[in-house]
Amino acid sequence: MPTSIDHIIVIGGSAGSLPVLLQVLENLPPNFSIPVIVVLHRLKNVASDLQGILASVQQTQKIKEPEDKEAIKRRHVYIAPQNYHLLVEADKTFSLDYSEPVHYSRPSIDVSFESVVRVFGPKTIAILLSGANQDGADGMEAVVAANGVAIAQSPETSEYPAMPVAAIEKNAKVKSMAPEKIVEYLHQLTVE
Amino acid sequence: MKEKIDISAADLDDVLLVIRNNYGYDFSNYSRASLIRRVLRFMDTARIKTVYDLRFHLTNEPAFFAYFLQTITVNVTEMFRDPAFYHSLREKVLPKLAAYPIIKIWHAGCSSGEEVYSMCILLEEAGLLNRAVIYATDINPANIEKARSGIVPMHYMKDYTANYQQSGGKEDFSTYYTARYENALIRKDLRRNIVFSQHNLVTDQGFNEFQLVCCRNVLIYFNKTLQNHVFHLFYNSLPPMGYLALGMKESLLFTDLRDKFETVDATAKIFKRKK
Ligand SMILES: C[S@@+](CC[C@H](N)C(=O)[O-])C[C@H]1O[C@@H](n2cnc3c(N)ncnc32)[C@H](O)[C@@H]1O
Repeated sequence: MPTSIDHIIVIGGSAGSLPVLLQVLENLPPNFSIPVIVVLHRLKNVASDLQGILASVQQTQKIKEPEDKEAIKRRHVYIAPQNYHLLVEADKTFSLDYSEPVHYSRPSIDVSFESVVRVFGPKTIAILLSGANQDGADGMEAVVAANGVAIAQSPETSEYPAMPVAAIEKNAKVKSMAPEKIVEYLHQLTVE
Repeated sequence: MKEKIDISAADLDDVLLVIRNNYGYDFSNYSRASLIRRVLRFMDTARIKTVYDLRFHLTNEPAFFAYFLQTITVNVTEMFRDPAFYHSLREKVLPKLAAYPIIKIWHAGCSSGEEVYSMCILLEEAGLLNRAVIYATDINPANIEKARSGIVPMHYMKDYTANYQQSGGKEDFSTYYTARYENALIRKDLRRNIVFSQHNLVTDQGFNEFQLVCCRNVLIYFNKTLQNHVFHLFYNSLPPMGYLALGMKESLLFTDLRDKFETVDATAKIFKRKK
């Protein structure tokens, strides 16, 4: 495993994605150290304890909403805060952004994917889960264009397949995987 | 399919240099991740295809730059945005401000004014508006013009009313504005003590001392160096025990002044200058 931050995993999800996200996080290998960024669509001004929910299944990684300009660290799972877009700077710190929603969403998955890939290029691993809209499809395209890894939850395992389907249809290089396969893939990353 | 325009870090530097040399605005210490998105978005709306064209128009057409400036800053704002913040202002800050004969408040980066109107409503409800002077500033002259007008699009009023109620507001929110077709006009008497002006946090000096400086969701657009510069500006504009309010995701983590402030409300991001 690399010592400084090299690879990054960024997971986007909307309706129906939470159980899959929990499954993926719960089954991360214990020595997993690649930072993970989670961008989930949530309801505005409705307090939801996403951090607590994720922490209940994953105790070896530190789970938090990043502060603006905080450095990305290994063994951390970062949650995009409600009502902001989450971006990444060239020096591998976070920036928050309160610009217009994209696809009616803030945080938007496209915005984070595109920003992450600008910095991490081919070292980006993007995972797009269940959802009922189109957010993430452009971002996945950018990941593919930069020779990163773009994984969509397989439509037949998605409670709401529209979001993964949009990404898959937009780009043939997006890999479609069932949740167990995503877990396997992440395990094999640690071995390499 | 729409062809994708992109812009490299070096291209962006060139564009920023053209702007600085021609118009004196220095965006070099803005957060790049967000700035790139804004520039690309501007090129898209202005139908500019290449960085060369962008630089050409910026160099030769001041009106083009004015339009650029208007769209390059993120101007999104709301009334009573983050109700928990306004709740904390009501409970923890306004009672303390009540001790001053004149209450001076600075909204730095006020955008189109929604945050300032919200503050005026809080002050009015606390019986303090008479004694308050509210300085509302922004880098973007188009924002200041809007903020002066007192007009808010009517279709947001439902959301703002909900925000207001969540912030602990007990009055009938509709008494604070008059509806005119698609616009709501914030009552003039609520706005009577606001002083609007253009002010650039990057290059302009402080201009007064304030009991409360409100700078919310502006610093996220700056890198750490520029954030620190602005924190010094604010520190020097606050008397001991003066309040500083930031956006919900902003912090004093990356400024060398962090020990000179104490925390009043950690989640609402309200701080107080120490003695
Ligand atoms: C997202 S808005 C925040 C509005 C409001 N404070 C709120 O939180 O809803 C950011 C504002 O910062 C202003 N701004 C950006 N750079 C600035 C600078 N250098 N000096 C002053 N204002 C600036 C922008 O024009 C914009 O109006």
